[in-house]
Amino acid sequence: MTGNWQILAAVLLPLLGAIGIAATGTRPNLRETVTLATAGALTLIVWSLLPAVLAGGRPTAELFRPLADLPIAFEVEPLGMLFAALASLLWIVNSVYSIGYMRGNQEKHQTRFYVCFAIALSAAMGIAFAGNLLTLFLFYEVLTLSTYPLVAHKGDAATVRQARVYIGILLATSIGLLLPAILWIYNATGTLQFTSGGILAGHIDGPALGLLLFLCVFGVGKAAVMPVHRWLPAAMVAPTPVSALLHAVAVVKAGVFTITKLIIYVFGIDYLFAEPSAGWLIYAAAFTVLAASIVALRQTNLKRLLAYSTIGQLSYVVLAAAILKPLAEVGAAVHIVAHAFGKITLFFAAGAIYTACKKTEIDQLRGIGRRMPWTMAAFTIGALSMVGVPPTAGFVSKWFILAGAFQSDNFVAIFTIILSTALNAAYFLPIVFRAWFREENVAPPSNHGEAPWPAVLALTITAFLTLAFFVGNQPVLDLELQLVRPQP
Amino acid sequence: MQLLGLYNYWVFVVLLMIGFYAVIAKSNLIKKLIGLSIFQAAVFLLYISMDKVEGGTAPIIQAGVPDQIYSNPLPQVLILTAIVVGISTMALGLAIVVRIKEAYGTIEEHEAAAMDSEA
Amino acid sequence: MTLTAQLPALQVVLPMLTAPLVAFLRLPQLSWLATTVASATAFGIAVLLTQAVLGTGTLDYAMGGWPAPYGIALAIDEFGALLLLIVTGASTIALLAGKASLDQQIESARQPLFYAGWLLALAGLSGIVMTGDAFNIFVFMEISSLAAYMLVAGGPDRRALTAVFKYLIMGTVGATFYLIGIGLVYMMTGTLNLADMEARIAEVADLKPILVAAGFITIGLALKAAVFPLHAWLPNAYTFAPHAVTVFLAACSTKVSLYVLLRFDFFVFQGNLERHDVQFAGFLLPLALLAILVGSLAAVFERNLKRLLAYSSIAQIGYILLGASCVSLLGLTAGIVHMFNHALAKGALFLAVACIGVRLSRLWVDDLAGLARQMPWTLAAFVAGGLSLIGIPGTAGFISKWYLISAALEQGLTGVLTIVVIVVSSLLAVVYIWRIVEVAYFGSRDAQSPPVSEAPLSLLLPTWFIVIANVYFGLVPALPVDLASAAARSLLGHLL
Repeated sequence: MTGNWQILAAVLLPLLGAIGIAATGTRPNLRETVTLATAGALTLIVWSLLPAVLAGGRPTAELFRPLADLPIAFEVEPLGMLFAALASLLWIVNSVYSIGYMRGNQEKHQTRFYVCFAIALSAAMGIAFAGNLLTLFLFYEVLTLSTYPLVAHKGDAATVRQARVYIGILLATSIGLLLPAILWIYNATGTLQFTSGGILAGHIDGPALGLLLFLCVFGVGKAAVMPVHRWLPAAMVAPTPVSALLHAVAVVKAGVFTITKLIIYVFGIDYLFAEPSAGWLIYAAAFTVLAASIVALRQTNLKRLLAYSTIGQLSYVVLAAAILKPLAEVGAAVHIVAHAFGKITLFFAAGAIYTACKKTEIDQLRGIGRRMPWTMAAFTIGALSMVGVPPTAGFVSKWFILAGAFQSDNFVAIFTIILSTALNAAYFLPIVFRAWFREENVAPPSNHGEAPWPAVLALTITAFLTLAFFVGNQPVLDLELQLVRPQP
Repeated sequence: MQLLGLYNYWVFVVLLMIGFYAVIAKSNLIKKLIGLSIFQAAVFLLYISMDKVEGGTAPIIQAGVPDQIYSNPLPQVLILTAIVVGISTMALGLAIVVRIKEAYGTIEEHEAAAMDSEA
Repeated sequence: MTLTAQLPALQVVLPMLTAPLVAFLRLPQLSWLATTVASATAFGIAVLLTQAVLGTGTLDYAMGGWPAPYGIALAIDEFGALLLLIVTGASTIALLAGKASLDQQIESARQPLFYAGWLLALAGLSGIVMTGDAFNIFVFMEISSLAAYMLVAGGPDRRALTAVFKYLIMGTVGATFYLIGIGLVYMMTGTLNLADMEARIAEVADLKPILVAAGFITIGLALKAAVFPLHAWLPNAYTFAPHAVTVFLAACSTKVSLYVLLRFDFFVFQGNLERHDVQFAGFLLPLALLAILVGSLAAVFERNLKRLLAYSSIAQIGYILLGASCVSLLGLTAGIVHMFNHALAKGALFLAVACIGVRLSRLWVDDLAGLARQMPWTLAAFVAGGLSLIGIPGTAGFISKWYLISAALEQGLTGVLTIVVIVVSSLLAVVYIWRIVEVAYFGSRDAQSPPVSEAPLSLLLPTWFIVIANVYFGLVPALPVDLASAAARSLLGHLL
């Protein structure tokens, strides 16, 4: 165990937190304090790495050496820094929200919930800071396994069946496709180290490169590129804070982060751009964006709608990465953040509605804006961000992705983005409109108001972040522009 | 006449196959063990016959009788060990058959299997 | 001569001489204690021997002072040292953990004899690994097998008896095949010492009898090692043996036979028989692939917990053979590393089963419904062992998978097929492990069934020790990997 202490602390602290949470399980107030304290400390540690990385530094650390020249090692670079900073920050907000949600709904097994949550965060940190593919793969699997109990939280037969889909698809794709891909890369190049400009040049070329890209993209099932997206709607059986974790904080973000990182640091943007057999990726991503949006149009359950919306938004990131132009890569990184803020707000809102009045279907939401103004205001902001309307975060990332697409005159990407914007608007805006301007059609079980205050506080914060990102995105851009500027 | 001259190997092979047949084909556990015994005995014969040196005598060195041709004593020693192993196996096998008889009331393999599948 | 120089002899002699002593001890507690102490000492000796081998290379020891090839020589190289660690370690852990379980399953009057049998099995297995003499291997093999038959027959279910009878018949046939092979080689070379044999086959004019001998020896040992399709004895023998015995045998008995198989085919025959590597791979690779698929599929559809794990063992034996039949440095390393890692993973799983077995009398998958609430630590250990079996990174199983797929990647087109089989069977492992996890964690327990408590600490501690070893050797696998690659290098001597 050597190297930068902040990196090691970021990976190990949530694990210690998990032990602390398990130990204080019988006293809920103390347990929640441990969660919040761990989340706060983690955020401080992760954010303390930021100045060094902004200055061009690349802190490293090493944990073990399982295979001779393949250590479990970490190296902080801009993309990972962004993901870690985002995940740690959202963990705090999510914990505040979880406390309100879990208590408000009197969920069982709350200690298990918080323990698994902390382990998942540790895994997310490991993924973000991974210095080589083996490390990334290790923490990727830890993330899959630690979120399984969260998805299966309710524990009834239907939930277990859906959770089986979740773990089945994620494990099958990672063991079946990603692991052979990793070994192939290692066999061909003799290294798995993430390197600026990629490591494959001169080792694998021609159609083999396209095949390898196929193994990687579909091996990372967490990115939910169709047809390996089935797990995401299945995971909607989980409690809402878990959905927020899956969609905004850790899991799907880990997926698209992994794909972006692979494209930039393993394949190499320019190398991949020159290889025609890798061109299929942009079509797969475009198809997923459009198909997911169309499926979302037909959903009647709010959480399922959000799930399909996520699938579409994730493929935005993949699409951006697949444009293989510098500005588009920045757009991919920025969209990870922008979507996280927007989608976590939407899920918090959906969960708040469920907590307050047990409503889950879209057509039950007429007029709910008058009962829950804060929640629906936040929901509106989140929805606008998904569509990409200024002044929300979604606009910033779309701007960069489009700019990247114009750099290479990639009309497939441009067309897809425009069409899907229209589709997003078509399924989000009616909900917003009905919630504010229509009369209630279903009488609520009680004369309810807002959800418990921690939940409302959390969704207000994330809605605010969604707006703030529109104006205050400069640090993120500074960080991510390092990706495309050659390092001295 | 090379083929007939090696008749000891023919005996070995025939005995081996008779024993093996019994092991596989017989349902009666005792008969299976008898087959196993024949199977092993065939191998004993292989070892014992291989040590014969033509014109050789028992490998006992006597004072004053130099330059005798002796048969090779090593395979005999080896096979003595193997016979002991065979006897132990047989004893254990028979003991197990006794316990099977106590537990099932039969020493027919298929009958015992049928009783388990009902249970 | 100092005592250290005599360690190789002590490794076998100690358990063998303790066995009759234990048999005469009338107190079951005392006989358990003596057995455990002897086994733990044997493990200590194995550790010392491993250190010595790592330091100075192969250890040779002439029994009774007679030099090889006239006397019986013990020879311990890296391969042997690794196997010794597995055998003695498995025995010690199984004894430490198995006390509570064995007290339930073996009546106390029979326990001294049972433990004597255990020690003989231990002595036999250690002897096979260490001896450099082909006939000596046969003797030790039969000592360990006869003892193992006795141990398995100790199971409380009457089906243990029919299972063990099958085991006895097939085991004896296997050993006799081996004996025929040895006889043929002896006829042609006049020696029984493995190293001497290897050198003298080169002088043999007509190699046909040697080829026949290679066939007999390979088939005989494959029977003992439960290589598909010669595995019929294994599932029931593991299922109905006392739980602690299953832990012991599953971790090491088949692997020791595979060890002998590899030594003969690679060390003795490889350099002398033309294209023996192609014969070996051509014969065993398809069997290995079939073993992996059939074993995993059978496990998926099996409802008896122990038999499910036994079928999984058949698949895992396939993995070991698969590595070996790549006939490459990486492949052999993978196979040998997997011997070690599978012993760890399956050891953890069967120990967890032993924990459950102390509390439940029936061990079908359905009986575990909701058990995770009553026995959280046991089920957590089971999950950890299962993850190692699947090959999740961070566990020992991942290291084997890594080396296996690396070895397959070197093989070109057949390698792709191999990878597909490995991947499919890993996914099948996910299915059969996860089926149990779902039942145990999310099933609901029968209202009528009596409440159960967590397994006793004496069982849980060794179980978790092995679980932690699974994680440790998943993160820091230097020891098994170094031993295995050295072993692979010496086995492949002729082909490198």
